[in-house]
Amino acid sequence: MYLLNRVQRHRVNSTWMVISLALVAFLPFLLFIGLYLKSAMLLRDYSLFDLVFSKIWKPSSGQFGFYPFIVGSVWVTMLAMIITAPVCLLTAIYVTQYTRKFVLRIMHPAIDILAGIPSVVYGLWGILVIVPFISRYLGPWLEVKTMGYSILAAAFVLSIMIIPFVLNILIEIFKAIPVELKEATWSLGATEWQTIKHVLLRKALPGIIAAFGFGLARAFGETMAVLMVVGNVVKLPKSVFDPGYTLPALIANNYGEMLSIPKYDSALMFAALLLLVVSLFFNLVMHFFIVKFNKY
Amino acid sequence: MEHETKIEIRDLNVFAGKNQILKNINIDIPKNKITVILGPSGCGKTTLLKCMNRLTDLYPELKVSGRIMIDNNNILAAKEDIYKLRQQMGLLSQRPYPLPMTIYNNIAYALKLRGIKKRREIHKLVLHYLQQANLWDEVRDRMREPAVRLSIGQQQRLCLARGLAVNPEIILADEPTSALDPISSQFIEETFSKLKNDYTIVLVTHILRQAKRIANHVVFMYLGEVIEQGSVEEVFGNPKMEKTKLYLGGTFN
Amino acid sequence: MKLARKIEEKFFKALMFLSTVFILIILAIIIYSIFEKGLKSISWEMITQIPQGGYYYGKGGGILNAILGSLTLAFGATALAFIIGLPVALYLNVFLVRHKKVITIIRFLLDLIWGIPSIVYGAFGFSLMILLGLQTSLLAGILTVTLFILPIMIRSMDEILSTVPIGLQEASYSLGSNKSETAFKIMTRQTVSGIITAILLSFGRAIGDAASVLFTAGYTDHLPNGLLEPVATLPLSIFFQLSSPVAEVQNRAYASALVLTLIILLVSLFSRGLGKRYHKTKINF
Ligand SMILES: Nc1ncnc2c1ncn2[C@@H]1O[C@H](COP(=O)(O)OP(=O)(O)OP(=O)(O)O)[C@@H](O)[C@H]1O
Ligand SMILES: [Mg+2]
Repeated sequence: MYLLNRVQRHRVNSTWMVISLALVAFLPFLLFIGLYLKSAMLLRDYSLFDLVFSKIWKPSSGQFGFYPFIVGSVWVTMLAMIITAPVCLLTAIYVTQYTRKFVLRIMHPAIDILAGIPSVVYGLWGILVIVPFISRYLGPWLEVKTMGYSILAAAFVLSIMIIPFVLNILIEIFKAIPVELKEATWSLGATEWQTIKHVLLRKALPGIIAAFGFGLARAFGETMAVLMVVGNVVKLPKSVFDPGYTLPALIANNYGEMLSIPKYDSALMFAALLLLVVSLFFNLVMHFFIVKFNKY
Repeated sequence: MEHETKIEIRDLNVFAGKNQILKNINIDIPKNKITVILGPSGCGKTTLLKCMNRLTDLYPELKVSGRIMIDNNNILAAKEDIYKLRQQMGLLSQRPYPLPMTIYNNIAYALKLRGIKKRREIHKLVLHYLQQANLWDEVRDRMREPAVRLSIGQQQRLCLARGLAVNPEIILADEPTSALDPISSQFIEETFSKLKNDYTIVLVTHILRQAKRIANHVVFMYLGEVIEQGSVEEVFGNPKMEKTKLYLGGTFN
Repeated sequence: MKLARKIEEKFFKALMFLSTVFILIILAIIIYSIFEKGLKSISWEMITQIPQGGYYYGKGGGILNAILGSLTLAFGATALAFIIGLPVALYLNVFLVRHKKVITIIRFLLDLIWGIPSIVYGAFGFSLMILLGLQTSLLAGILTVTLFILPIMIRSMDEILSTVPIGLQEASYSLGSNKSETAFKIMTRQTVSGIITAILLSFGRAIGDAASVLFTAGYTDHLPNGLLEPVATLPLSIFFQLSSPVAEVQNRAYASALVLTLIILLVSLFSRGLGKRYHKTKINF
């Protein structure tokens, strides 16, 4: 490097920067095209509608119905969001509005640790704690038969996994609201809770919805932890205590066999493509949502 | 020149940890007059206003002691209903902070907090306060727009209208014109001069000419202490203290 | 009416308190159960030996293959992501600093990529491997994980770089530096702590993710020996050991989980400590 003079070095550096940038900028398109080409074989032989809405999954006889996986994914994700959303919102309000600063100083490392724990470890924890809890206590108590490996177990583990992600965004959003806005509301004679309910929540609403949207997208694609506790049964679940199957789990469980059955690899890549599209779609919509609806 | 006293501040001390922000403040604020608080940056003017409105409650790190008597009622001791208490005062801050609602609802919200529920009455009062704040003509066709679409000067007048809508007897204004253009500033000043017949106004400002123009009573503060107070003629015409002379002479800022 | 309002206020405050406590308790339970289970079955042998014959039926050996494999893979991927990521972050904040629109679009793209699930990268990496005729290998694993951590790396460095005031760049130009010198010499020096944090954050992500290496890195009982050989990773070793019906092997999975968690906690602790120390040499504006 030192053999080059300054101008040459500048040229090398700049070129490298542009190449890297181009690589990154094209990455989402590259992913999309790559996965699309691989799933094209499947899409040539089956209509998109059939793939998405057919219930029968028998790769060996050429039947590829993704419906059970999509339903499983949607159930698990939605249920996880139902748990995560209120917990995160309430906590974010509490630690930014009601408590002294040291509570936030405790929460930040706690959030960091939760965010750092890898998903296999979450899965393992689910097997150790959540699955037995459901099969031994919750199920019998509610008088339902369950093995524990279920939509509910997956949703619960998943909800814990996305808490740090959603909570972090929400805390940032609430911290960004100027204290003077609160003062203004207080000076009108509003109570703490009225201030939160009528002013802060409304001010933060686009951000809150976006945070939930980002969390949802993240939950939808989570693989290992869900795979380990969801039960992996290709059947439409009738209740949250039934086992299910999700799209990411489908891909992860079957990559080994996919080259031995015709079109199987194409089908799994199609599942990956679905995940990619859902993730891009949600993130895209949420970004525009923030920009568009920040009218107050 | 004796006036009726509206706010009586006695031995007010404010600490932030070990750091004393206000030291032994004693001030008499006359009723239905404009009292201007002057002083260099960081001397505690904003903190003083926040004490009067109990907004210091928002900051758990601030320790407030002493008495602030409004109509012979020590507001610092009040435990119950500090919300009612805050409604005795309208607040106007340095920059306008409209609530995240429509123009109309910014004022209607204050009215609702006051306990007014009838829609017709709310309608009438919204119009009344917007007129009082000199804003009605500019927003009469835009009542359903988000308040942040207004210009900064208009937003500040909206905040003034909102402050009036709680039906206060006192208006606390913290450098209300410092973010505004000259025309908008003039609007606010004129409104204050009109309002002083019915309201006790406490105004913090850095603009000496503004103080001279509209003040009746002047309080000069320095490093958390009150150095001098008196009528505008006394303080501007014949300051007693060396520091006041220096400040008014523009030697330090 | 007033009472109702008071009750509402108290109710929600209690609810908020409970939510916060809920999160902290869950965290405590997770940490406790991992340590409790893991400490019981961890041994010196486990972290210093590779699996011996019959390991997965309860015979002797350890998971050194996975520990070293994971470290190698994560180092490789982090290094590669750094080589690609730093220039991008610098380019955004030095060359494009005046083009707000372009920056916004690129940041937006990066956030989109950040949101893509790691299993998609895994699937993409796998199809790329087949296309190129590659086997499951350390190289394929590194490439896939690099793609996966790239947006994390770039965005966290970008976040730090964007806080550097433009005046610093102007000062550098006024001394006669060109843009790339300003970028690589001044901007990086100003933000060392942030860059290191970004690297460690990415490293933590790289070492903990299973879905992206599942198809691409493969698995082996041997120590990593070469870019084109398969390599074992800790997350997968946990996963495989846990699927074993033998209780002894499952216990080893708990121990492996403890090892992985400890590595990640150490990395994050390290990044906090480093972040604080380097802050002192930073110019404050
Ligand atoms: N919540 C707080 N915690 C700690 N210190 C504070 C707090 N609020 C104010 N201070 C300190 O109190 C002092 C007075 O602040 P204040 O805002 O009242 O000054 P000011 O006279 O309004 O200044 P300016 O003219 O710049 O608005 C400052 O030194 C400030 O740092
Ligand atoms: Mg002030």
